[in-house]
Amino acid sequence: MKSKSIAVVGAAETTRMGAVPELSNLGLNLDAALNAMADAGLTPQDIDGIATAGEHPWTVSTMLGIKPKWIDSTNVGGCSYMVHVRHAAAAIAAGYCTTVLITHGESGRSQVAPARYAPNPGTLFGQFESPYGLGAPVTQVTLPALRFMKETDTTEEDLALLAVIQREWAAKNPRAFARDPITVDQVLSSSMIAYPFRKLLCCLVTDGGGALILTSADRAKDFPTKPVYIMGTGEGIEHSIVSMMADMSTSGAFRLSGEAAFASAGITHADVDHVMLYDPFAHVPFYALEDLGFCGRGEAKYLYRERHTAPGGRLPVNTSGGGLSYQHSGMYGMFALQESVRQMRGIAAAQIEGAKVSVCHGIGSMFSAAGTIIFTNEA
Amino acid sequence: MQRALPQPTPETRHFWDGCKAGELRLQRCRACTHTYFPPRPFCPQCVSRDVEVVVASGRATLYSYVINHRPRPDMGKEPHSIAVVTLAEGPRMMTNIVDCPQTPEALVLDMPLEVRFEPQNDDITLPFFRPVEG
Repeated sequence: MKSKSIAVVGAAETTRMGAVPELSNLGLNLDAALNAMADAGLTPQDIDGIATAGEHPWTVSTMLGIKPKWIDSTNVGGCSYMVHVRHAAAAIAAGYCTTVLITHGESGRSQVAPARYAPNPGTLFGQFESPYGLGAPVTQVTLPALRFMKETDTTEEDLALLAVIQREWAAKNPRAFARDPITVDQVLSSSMIAYPFRKLLCCLVTDGGGALILTSADRAKDFPTKPVYIMGTGEGIEHSIVSMMADMSTSGAFRLSGEAAFASAGITHADVDHVMLYDPFAHVPFYALEDLGFCGRGEAKYLYRERHTAPGGRLPVNTSGGGLSYQHSGMYGMFALQESVRQMRGIAAAQIEGAKVSVCHGIGSMFSAAGTIIFTNEA
Repeated sequence: MQRALPQPTPETRHFWDGCKAGELRLQRCRACTHTYFPPRPFCPQCVSRDVEVVVASGRATLYSYVINHRPRPDMGKEPHSIAVVTLAEGPRMMTNIVDCPQTPEALVLDMPLEVRFEPQNDDITLPFFRPVEG
């Protein structure tokens, strides 16, 4: 697929986010889809491809009255939507469809008809991890952190500083769930959830959703919105259960996905103006910065200590506030994509002046998978 | 409340039978000598199906962990470790570190450990690990 041959022409989140008890898991998908179609000036009859995770594509498309001839139900955790963007771009380029709708919706906080994952004691997880007390992601995706911290001399204070800086970004954003300023001391005295992770090092649990509409760059000019072009893409899988992670101080999935994205975009890190790095917990962006090559091994902590990632810094990261302070419904990847698109359109709450290239990177499940999209607003 | 227990499959039966017999059983490839875990009837390094079951020493080191302060209902009320250990033979596995305080001070990365088997019912015995003198 040629770089910049596909564009995002519709992008929107659910009408309300945070606590949305009046909508179900499915309803959040549909609300986001209606908003994205309105944004692009399209009707369901104009959509001929559908991708979603959590809910099933046939549910979302049928409820909206869409008759898709291209389908993607890839579910590799919270980065599924990055992977959907990549697959949709390839499908449009191949001529399988012309206009793809990608939806996310999750009743993470209110739990109105959520997608349930039934534990199965015969799976790899059921046999070799669950018996030791693993449950929520806070006991799984966090497990590699102490090894990373030892190998890279990254401290609990560094993780706390990331949370503080992301809250600074969130304070600029009226849609952010958590906006009150916090200090490193406050983060490090918040309640312990799973050592070394305290409450303020963990993502929010909210309700919400988002949707994207993609089409070919040739057609993008005819839409009411400013086109945001797909410049480069990547995806990858490293392992299944977290205990199979080859080296807990670096993510193989991140490296696979990041290398493919930068190679297909044909850019270097110096060309990047804005970065979104999926942050279910505060350690994950440190891995991403190192594994995607924004800095050397063990150097991500300096990007925070020297405030390069903060408002006014040279490498703004997670400008919405991220999963820690903006919103986190469960499969957060869609919200990272929405902020990248807003930055490229020039309409973000904390807009980076003159930003032309945005890197959006997601983690899937327990460092199991990754997806990376590089956007640009220059044709 | 009974702890959530594994349901062995044909591919993993040797491992769980080993735990019941007090042996930590891994698999080794006869073609390339690679020792691996979790179980599968072929070598993940060279895909040879010529593999054998071998008994591990039970020695390991602490690779990484968390201390869960909000235990699952079947795991009691006290904070407990969830750890990944590196076996002397190379493979890693998840476990709980037992017979020591569940604190960062007592749980030091790379500390030496040894296996301790604990029957859960007639069929399932779980391997745990405990600190040993270096």
